[in-house]
Order: sequence, then C-alpha cells, then structure tokens
Amino acid sequence: MQKEQISLSQTIISQMMQIGSSVQPFSKESREKTSRIHNAKVVHSVCPYCAVGCSLDVYVKDGRVIDIEGNADSPINRGTLCPKGSATFQYTVNPSRLTQVLYRAPYSDHWEVKSLDWAVEQIAQRVKKTRDETFVQSLPDGREVNHTLGIATLGGATLDIEENYVIKKLFSGGLGVVSIENQARI
Amino acid sequence: MIVETSQRTTSPELVQNIVSPLLKQPVPPMQPAMGFFTDTSICIGCKACEVACKQWNELPANEAHWSGTSYDNTRQLSATTWRHVQFIEQIGRERPQISTLPFFNNDRWLMHSDVCKHCANAPCQEACPTGAIIRTEFDTVYVQQDICNGCGYCVVACPFGVIARDEHASHTARKCTLCYDRMKDGIEPACAKACPTDSIQYGEVEQLKALARERVGLLHERGVSEARLYGVDDNMLDGGLNSFFLLLDEPAVYNLPQNPSRPSNNVVPASLWSIVTALVLSLLGIFFFSNNK
Amino acid sequence: MGSNMAEAHPVAFANVVKAKERGAKVIHVDPHYSRTSALANLHIPIRAGSDIVFLGAIIRYLLENNAYFHDYVLHYTNAATLIREDYRDSEDLDGLFSGFDPETGVYSDQSSWDYQRDANGQPLTDPSMQHPRCVLQILRRHFARYTPEMVEHVCGVPHEQWAQVMDTLIENSGRERTTALCYAVGWTQQSKGVQIIRAGTIVQLLLGNIGRPGGGIMALRGHASIQGSTDVPTLYDLLSGYMPQPSAQLPQQTLAQYIATAGQKTGWWSHLPVYIRSLLKAWYGKAADEQDGNCSYRWLPKITGDHSHLVTSYAMLDGKVRGYFLFGQNPAAGSSSARMQRKALEQLDWLVVRDLYEVESAAFWYKGPHGDAVDPSKIKTEVFLLPAAASTEKEGSFTNTQRVIQWRDKAVDPPADARSDLWFVYHLGKRLKELYATSRKRQDQALLALTWDYQREEPETNSYILDEPDALLVLKEINGYYVHPSAHTIGRRPTYTLRDAPHIAGFAALKADGSTACGSWIYSGVYPEPGNNRAASRIAAGYPPLQWGYAWPANRRILYNRASADPQGRPWSDRKKYIWWDEQQKQWTGYDVPDFPLSKAPDYIPPPGATGMDAISGNSPFIMQPDGKGWLFAPKGLKDGPLPTHYEAVESPVHNAMYHQQSNPTAKYFKDRPDNRLVTVADANYPIVITTYRLTEHHVSGAMTRWLPWLNALQPTLFAELSPELATERKIKHGDWIVISTPRGEIEARAMVTRRVRPLRINEHVVHQIGLPFHWGFQGKATGSITNDLAHTVLEPNVSIQEAKAFMCNVRSGRLA
Repeated sequence: MQKEQISLSQTIISQMMQIGSSVQPFSKESREKTSRIHNAKVVHSVCPYCAVGCSLDVYVKDGRVIDIEGNADSPINRGTLCPKGSATFQYTVNPSRLTQVLYRAPYSDHWEVKSLDWAVEQIAQRVKKTRDETFVQSLPDGREVNHTLGIATLGGATLDIEENYVIKKLFSGGLGVVSIENQARI
Repeated sequence: MIVETSQRTTSPELVQNIVSPLLKQPVPPMQPAMGFFTDTSICIGCKACEVACKQWNELPANEAHWSGTSYDNTRQLSATTWRHVQFIEQIGRERPQISTLPFFNNDRWLMHSDVCKHCANAPCQEACPTGAIIRTEFDTVYVQQDICNGCGYCVVACPFGVIARDEHASHTARKCTLCYDRMKDGIEPACAKACPTDSIQYGEVEQLKALARERVGLLHERGVSEARLYGVDDNMLDGGLNSFFLLLDEPAVYNLPQNPSRPSNNVVPASLWSIVTALVLSLLGIFFFSNNK
Repeated sequence: MGSNMAEAHPVAFANVVKAKERGAKVIHVDPHYSRTSALANLHIPIRAGSDIVFLGAIIRYLLENNAYFHDYVLHYTNAATLIREDYRDSEDLDGLFSGFDPETGVYSDQSSWDYQRDANGQPLTDPSMQHPRCVLQILRRHFARYTPEMVEHVCGVPHEQWAQVMDTLIENSGRERTTALCYAVGWTQQSKGVQIIRAGTIVQLLLGNIGRPGGGIMALRGHASIQGSTDVPTLYDLLSGYMPQPSAQLPQQTLAQYIATAGQKTGWWSHLPVYIRSLLKAWYGKAADEQDGNCSYRWLPKITGDHSHLVTSYAMLDGKVRGYFLFGQNPAAGSSSARMQRKALEQLDWLVVRDLYEVESAAFWYKGPHGDAVDPSKIKTEVFLLPAAASTEKEGSFTNTQRVIQWRDKAVDPPADARSDLWFVYHLGKRLKELYATSRKRQDQALLALTWDYQREEPETNSYILDEPDALLVLKEINGYYVHPSAHTIGRRPTYTLRDAPHIAGFAALKADGSTACGSWIYSGVYPEPGNNRAASRIAAGYPPLQWGYAWPANRRILYNRASADPQGRPWSDRKKYIWWDEQQKQWTGYDVPDFPLSKAPDYIPPPGATGMDAISGNSPFIMQPDGKGWLFAPKGLKDGPLPTHYEAVESPVHNAMYHQQSNPTAKYFKDRPDNRLVTVADANYPIVITTYRLTEHHVSGAMTRWLPWLNALQPTLFAELSPELATERKIKHGDWIVISTPRGEIEARAMVTRRVRPLRINEHVVHQIGLPFHWGFQGKATGSITNDLAHTVLEPNVSIQEAKAFMCNVRSGRLA
C-alpha cells in the first residue's frame, strides 16, 4: 500500500515538474472535449424572422433544443445567419415566454390564469354572439354581401402557409369576416 | 501511462480531487495549425458572430446599455464576449477625383469583428502560472477551465486586452476558444460559420495567410490602397498571430497596437512559478500520505 | 433603392457582396447612410419621397438617347401599342390624368387610358414606335421634364452622382449584362409606393432586365412567410392565388359575373374559372357540387369598400368592430398611428392575442409608453392572451421572398399550453361548427358546409399534444386533389375525401367542372403525390437549385423567363443563357422551368379573335397580361394613373416642383380624424424630414426580439440619427435625450449625431432629415419610445399602405415629462 502511494507521489511530482515546460499539460476535460451536438438529432427548420428563408438545423437531445445553427447545405444561406437568426435559440428557449392562457375580464386590473379548453370555448362563444349580432346578408339596396364587419383578424406573415390557409378559410369562407389582414399591408 | 495509474490507485478521493486536475493527459496528436482570417473589407457589421458565439458557448448577454459609439454597444471583448464588432465612421473624407466608381464609396463606415489573436507565441500562456493556458493540438491558445485558478496574470500579459476574468460566474480567465469543442468534432467555429459574407474565415493558418496576402494584393489592385494585413508576418510577437486581420486603416484606428509588446519580460518566468507550485503541492501530498499510513 | 438590404436582409446581402467581388457594381440610393451604403461602390443620399423624379430622369435619359434595349422593348413591352386619342397625360392636366373626378377624389372613368383596338379587341400597334399615340412616344413626353436638373432641385442629388448611376446602369444592361433592382418598404411605405415600383419597372423593362438571370425587380419582403400570407392570403381583398375577393361594388353577385369582371379573355387569367371553382370545392366540398358553382360562390363574403388594416383600425376606434384576433402581430407598437391603435383596442368588446410574449397589444389595458397612466377600470375590452408555439415547435411551411416554399419539421413540443396557430384555428372552427350545428339559418350554412377535417390519423409520436391537426393534410388541400375521378361522375360515387383523394400534379390538371379541389392554384404541384412534399426537398445541386424547396408557380425560379431569349427564341447572349427554344424538340428548354407554354413556337402568331392563351403570341413573355407584354404604360388596374408621376409626400418641406398637384390626389387622407392632423407644406413648426428603418439587430416592432437579452445588448434602445449641422442648430449634443414631435404625438430618443446623415440642398434651401429605427415599445426586456406614435395614417390608393418613410417632424433637446 505504502509502496504504491510513494510510487504515485513520485509520478505526480514528475508530472508536475513538467507543467510549464514545453510539453502540453492537457487536462482531462480538454482531452475529452467534444461538441455538445455530437450525436444530437438534427431537425430541418427555417428562420422565423425575415423573408430570406435561411435554413436552420435544430439540434435536439433528450427532447430539448440544445442548439440552432444555419444549414450549411442551403443554397440560400450556406450555413450562415444574421444575428437574429443566430439568436433563434433564445427566441424559442426563453424564460419570458408565455406558457399559460392569461385572461383579463372587462374593467379588471389583472390577468387571470385560465385553461386552454376554457379559453377556446369562450372565444367560440364570443365569435358566435358577435357574428350573429352583426351579420349582414344584403345591403338595403338588395345587393347580397353575406358578411360581418364586426369581427376582424390581423396577422399571418409570421405564421405558416397552412395556418394562413385555415384562417382565411374559417373566417372568410365560414364566418363571413371581411377584414382579414396581415403585415403584408404594412 | 498516468491515466491508468491514477485509475488503478486506491488513494483517498481527496488526493484525487486535488491532483487530478493537474495530472497530465496524453497530448492529442498534433493537427495543422488552425486560425481565423478576419477580412474587414467585407464585414457588414451585422454582429451575427457575436450572437453565434454567445449561443454556442452559452455565454450570458452583456448588460443592455446604449453606448453612443456608433452602432457598437458591446464596447469590448470580455470574459463573456469573445467576438466584438467595432464601428468606425469616416464620413466626409477628401474625395479623390476619379471618374470610375471606386470599389468602396468614399464615405466609409469601417466594421471589424475583433477576437482573440491566438498568438503563435502567446504572452498569456507564458504568464500563466498554473498550466491552464495551453496550445492545443490545433496550435490555438486555450484556457483550461478545470485548471485555471483565476490569478489574472494572463489578463495583464495580453497586449490586446482580449483575455479577462469572469467576475460573475466562474472567476476564471476566459476568452475565445476558437470553438475548441467544435474543432475536435471537425466543425467550423460558430462565428465563422454564421458570418454571412465570410468576413470571418476559418482554416489552416498557412492557407489562410496565403489567402490574406492574395486578398490584400487584389484590394490594392482595385485601388483600396489603405488595405493592410495585421498579424500575418512572423515579426509580430515573435511568430505572428494565428488569428489575423485585413484592415482598411492604421491598426490604431481599430484600437489595435501597432507593435504589441510582450510584458512577460517583467514577470517572473511562468515556468518557475509552476515548478514552485508543483513542488509545494507534491510535498503536501507526501506529507498527507505519510500521515495517513 | 428603398431598401436597407444589409441590415434588413443581411444574408441575402451577402450575395450582393459576393457579386461585387466578382465585378458587379453596387449602388445604394437612400436617404440614410446605412450598413448597406458602407459596402456599396456608391451611396447617394436622396430626399425621402423624391424617388420618382430620380427614376423618371433615368427613363427620360434612356429614351432621349436611344439607350434602351431596342429589340426587347419593341417585342416584349407595350412600347409600340397605341393609346386612345382621348387620353390626357399628367403633363397636360398639371399632375392629373384624364378621368379624374374631383368630387370623389378618384379616377372614376379610366376608359381613356385603354389601348386603341381593332374590331376583335386586339390592340393596335406601330412597330416603328413613332406614332404620337404609341406608348413610347407618350412616355417620352410624360418624362420630358424629369431632367437631371430637376433631380438636383427635387432630390438634392448632384448631377454628377446621378450621371454615375445612369452610366453604370447602361454599362451593365443589354445582351451581355443585366442589372437587378432591389426595393423594400422604403418604396412601399409611401403615398405613391406602387407608382415608384412602376417607375422601377419601366427602367428595368427599357433596359431589358426582366425575366433574365441577374435581372429583375426584387421585392425584399420582411417576414418569414409574408410572401406566403399574400399568396395564400390573409388579406381582405384577395382570395388565394391572387384572385380578387368578390366585391359588392362591382357586378359580382353571381359566379358568372365574377368571372366576367375579374378574369381576362386573353392571357393566363382566362383560367380564372378553373381556379375559383377549385377553390370553392376545396372550401365547401359537396355543397359546391351544384352545376354552376353559384350557390357556394354566393357564400363568399363581399367587400363593400376598403377593409384594410388601418381603415379597420378606425372602424374599431368608432366602435364598429367588436371582436379582434391578433395572430403574431402587434399593432399597438408596430402599426402606423400606434397611439390611435391602442385607443382602438380599448373600444373592442373582446380581443384575442396569440403570441410568444406579452406584447404591447396584449398589455395596452394597463400600460402605455413613458409610464403614461392607463386606467384599467375604464377599459372594457375582454382580453384572451394565448401562448403560441414557436417555429421550431410545429411543422408547416414558409414562403420566402423568392417564392420558395420551404417546409419545416417539428423539433420539440411547445411549452405547456402553447399551441400552434393551426391547432387554435382548427379547434376554434370545430367548436363553432358545433355551436351552429343545429342552425337552419341561411347565413350559417357556409360554416356548416365548410370542409374541416384535418385531424391526424394518429397523434404525433413523442408528443404530449394529442389533438394537433395535420399540417400536411392542409398542404394537400392547398396543393389540390381530385374530388371525382372525372367530370362524368360528378354527383355519383366514388367521390374522394381530402384524406383518400389522389393529389393534383400541378395546376394544369385543375378543372372548372367541380371535379377538382384546390386551395391555392399557384401552389399546385408543391405536393404532387403521397410522400412527395416538394417543399421539404433539400437537394442543393443545380443551377438554379430546382430541388431545394419548391417555387410557385410550377417550381419556376425566374418569372417571365421566356424574356431571357430573343424574339426568335435564342439566348440574348451566351453569357446570359437561361431559357431557349429547342428547334429539334420543338419546345422550350433551359436551366429553369420555362414560364411559357412549352410547345408554343417563337413565331406563333395568334389568329384574329383568338382567346385564352391562344391569343398570346410566341414572342410575348408576359403571359399573365392579356396582351402578353410588359406594361410600360398600364392601361388599367391602377387607381392613381397609368404612369408614375412625381407627387410630394403628403407631408413635405417643399411645394411640388413638377405640378400644382402637391401630393397623390387619390390617396386616402383621413383628414377628418382629430388624431391624424397633417403638417402643411413648409410648416415652420415641423421643418425636418423624418424617415424610418430597421436595424440588423431587431425585427420590426421588436415582438420577436425585445425579449432576447443577446439582441437587446446589441441595440438596447431607440435613438435618432441626425447630422452635426442640425445638432448644432438645435443645440443637441451626441448622446443627449431628444424629443421628436409630430402633430400625432411626441416621443423621446437618444441623439446619435453622425455625419452619415447630411443636410440636403433643395431649391436653394437646406433641408434636414433625421432617421429613426422603430423596434421599441413599453414591453419586453429592452424598452423605448414607439416610433409609430409619430406616423400619420394616409394610405396609398392601390394597396392602402401607410406613408412611414417620409413625413415631417421637429426635434428638441430634452425628455418627455
């Protein structure tokens, strides 16, 4: 036992004597270093900011996003990104994000946390009530319009095409809402 | 092999904890020297490099403070800012009388992404008493966080003001690692990858230096007579910089020293410090073992 | 021009930098010296709002010096077409065109702008282009007074600088070379934005730069899918694929009337009946099976005027809008007259906000800018704030500024109750259908007939959300599918549902007989068969990279690319070879998908009275136009005239030097609105021109960036850029707080005194300009004044976009109390 310890001590000393010499004192951590995206799953995505359409590689490990970078294969961005695109990780993984439904009653001075189910049901009822009260089938001169001007929507330029499609389909084609608008107007 | 010895040993854990960070690991096989060529003539000042670096290296944001220094609110490299884009406004310069379009319009807004120079003979490494600062197998200068004790000698040694001690979290010296972890996996450093215009290029130092010389020649041909290289020649700090620059004006305009000096001449040689430290520690070790019989 | 590309589209600008390295010349014409200017060969500071004079002088020069691309102009544009004798130009009527009704402020009679036509309705032409009524000669007269001297007077641009642009354009256009023109909201956010783009189009057509590689007019769009949300529109005046929303102001009460008024007899739009019927089938399924498609057509809501965003905001302010949905949009900070926007939100009964963060539009009821007191007890609006999924937390597609549709896979679940907007709209629709399920009222039948089954066959693997709808099914509906095997089986079995139907391979397969359904015809082909979602294709090879995503229509990367070949079908030059006629194969071929009927020979001449695509000759590349020509002169379709004419911005430091008509006569001014007071010409109280712009480090109103500490550190707060001369005049020091005021409001910002902004000499007077980014608000981790509180609401007549790029203000040292 003692012999072993002395031998160890001697080895340690001899090693330490070399620290600072030209031989590199690599630490264990340095020796074992690898990138954290090693063996991570790569998901193809697209930057959510401007309209250049830079491709993103989203790296996922254990069900969590661990890194977002430009996709080097893309002929659009060749792996590069601007600062906003480079910050997409912080845009998605951010403690300031809303995660619950917040509701503010008329004249109230505070938010209340509500369930998603409750919110969607309440919103559906508001839509029905307002639509029923404001729907116009024909103008006084008889021209048919089948619309409501009592409800409006705004937004879509940051959404998916599929989302835009169902917004227009439901609100225009289903409900007769006319003022459906988005950032393209701005 | 030391690794094996330390693994076989049954010595108390405490000893392990004390010495293991100092135990020498086998040196990985040497690779070609890698570095950055930052070509300021095509920088668009977007700061993608700053954010990509923060993102990859999981560095905290700087305080949001409007500096008024053109579009530069980062101000300087620090322990948690390893890329920094400078903005230098040169508007209303004397207009040369030429009829053709100049390569750059005469009013200039110089933009420059500053970073650790990864000196071939790095004063910070020389000043480091603990062996925390090493030259990696890629010939880059790297601060081993598991070794650094935060003494700060490197901070004063760096002639560029690059390296700094993280006063808020790790209390160790930190700076650009050239994304050592990515390099190990053969992945380009985050800043170079993100850079839209390839103003930041990553590659083998010798190839990059050839590229840089070619580039400055081309710019001279195009009439950009102010273009010059910084840190490519070996005479800077006895060996040149592995991370070097193409500038469009005097280095001083970019807050870079014309002739960076090596302050370590005034410091007790780092190797001596190391030997003393090692001796003290090993004596302590022996003392500990003998008491533990 | 009109674009700060390096800052707003940095990654696209990298291509500009690369092109410059390879010898391209980059010219940036912009009021404000930005990061774009820094990389350009030449930056030309121009007075905000004077673009048409600058471009008009280029047009004049090209015409007067015969420097235009003669063969291109003669064959591919309407330069040779004759315009009616009763047309009167703005040169004749001091800034107005014939047909203007001063009572209503609109061109109520546009018939005089039309072509002279033969008995078959075919336009008359003069191939010598000498006839005084031909477009080229009209153009020549129209732009005769747009001289370089006028550029100096109106734009503040010295003659030599303008001439440098002129020379560079000519040197870099023609058979061997092409020039691209990039614009963005610097043009569109002006009260004559469409006409500025028209002026750019005329320049590019005269130089032969449309439909050719390296040419074109690039509309640099600002959001991930702002192109997609225009193609598959969430816009009041459009149905998908650029079909107009039916209007009660036009004879469009029946489908036949709609087709007669919205379609064209000749050119590609002769296919309108196919596309509208297929859309009705996609929306209303079996209920759209009726013979003529008219019953379901009548369900479509008719517009009764301008229902655009800002007009709707005023309706809201007046209490006429009771419920409002915001899908990732933030009018309380991001829209013009933001103060009015916040007031309008207070008049609502209920408001639904879907976003990632608590944006200003969700917080307006308890908070305002600069600590403005807001009393919740006086605000009735019921607010539902629903957390939204981020782009990495849902699958779906974005269409970029080059029309390339790119599919995103889902990386992870959204946090807690955050959901995709697809989830929200789908489940809202389901509940509404349930609420109305028993209704027999006529007005509710459209909703009940609406096809609405996007449920997944099985929940996503590894997801805790069990009821996320299937975005791929929605894409299939957008792409189109067969409802019946053929027209003969309509009304009989088998009929297909969205799920089991065969995919449409492309819009050529769509039918007007009700046998096909298609949500947006221009996207048809994106998902041509099961397992082949071309938007998800990621093969980068090729020039152009035809297998990277899918570009509508038909995967074409350059529109109107027939124009890349000469009238005989040969490339204009080897260097600019792109699409050409293969004489052996008797078809068009090339690097891209030809934008022309494949087998239509270059020498094809339509027989008299031909209709549809048969009426388009083999050398007419612009197939969406009824005459197949690029329109130098727009004989119809625009509300403010057939040619671009210089009007001053609605708020301007000077009188219009060209005409007595000061500003766009057809713009919507909202002069009766007390919150929209406008500065009169040369008002000494507001002598400074203000323009606004983006910074690289933030995104529009900051809703997607102000919660990100990394970005906030880069640009923490609002600043105003002003020249040292103005600073001296107003005793403002660099870094001081200053107050910027307009009749709409006051805001504060830090003073960035910089030589990048310089005073201009306009008509012997010094005109100061200042510039402000507009990324801040009172929410988020970095706050600042709302620049949009300064802007007014005057809308461009064709597209109802506000004028945020050129208006008047004043500045003073100090802070808001």
